[in-house]
Amino acid sequence: MKPLTVFDIAGRGMAVQKSRLNAVASNIANAGSLAGNKDDAFRALRPVFETVYPSFQQNGGVSTVDVVDVQRSSIEPERRHMPGHPLADADGFVYASNVDINEEMVDMMEASRQYQNNIEVIATAKNLILKTLSVGK
Amino acid sequence: MNVLDKHLQPHGAALQLRQKRLEMLSSNIANAATPGFKAQDIDFASAYKSAVSGVGALQTTNPLHVGHAGGGAAEARYRTPLTTSLDGNTVELHVEQMQFAENAMRYEASLNFLSDRINGLRKALKGE
Repeated sequence: MKPLTVFDIAGRGMAVQKSRLNAVASNIANAGSLAGNKDDAFRALRPVFETVYPSFQQNGGVSTVDVVDVQRSSIEPERRHMPGHPLADADGFVYASNVDINEEMVDMMEASRQYQNNIEVIATAKNLILKTLSVGK
Repeated sequence: MNVLDKHLQPHGAALQLRQKRLEMLSSNIANAATPGFKAQDIDFASAYKSAVSGVGALQTTNPLHVGHAGGGAAEARYRTPLTTSLDGNTVELHVEQMQFAENAMRYEASLNFLSDRINGLRKALKGE
């Protein structure tokens, strides 16, 4: 891998926060969905982040980040007794998604703030580079 | 080292280190949500001292020798966090943002000093 620049680092940082926002959006959209059995119930998506180092200088202090996996939340779906529901099983139970809307909102705000931080990094770096280009003029 | 290099080197070396630190701090900010990530930084004072004094540089006595400019003190060190987090991540965004802003400001300061020196040389060359 070639050496990382500020733009690589913050650009990847923005991409992973974006994928986190996408996961939050899909979780919130499915927060109210019901299913006829436990296995079909919607489980919240969780992207997994990992630090990526340029291979030749593992400890140079420079690294970026990447999404290595998207996992399903392991919390058990809630079982509700709704005998009149069209999806209800033989005993009258439906299974609600395990999405915690409060948790998702907190995650969304954190992702959005960190996205903004990365934008700020790029804006500052761009500014400094442009000033460096015009040095001595 | 020739006279021109000597004249510009102090601020040039500072700019290089500031650039390196900018990359490190942006790495920390990009990894603010990565579990287990350890924030890193350089000790600017000692890194700068070794960069301008040339300590750590390899002496070459033969043109076939492989030289090295030194700057060994610019090695990354791990930051000691003020508070610990459950996922083992030691990035504290407020600290990183503050350091980043300070680093950007000092980069610009070095850039202005360097610019002034270049302009000074120009004036001397033109003899105005």
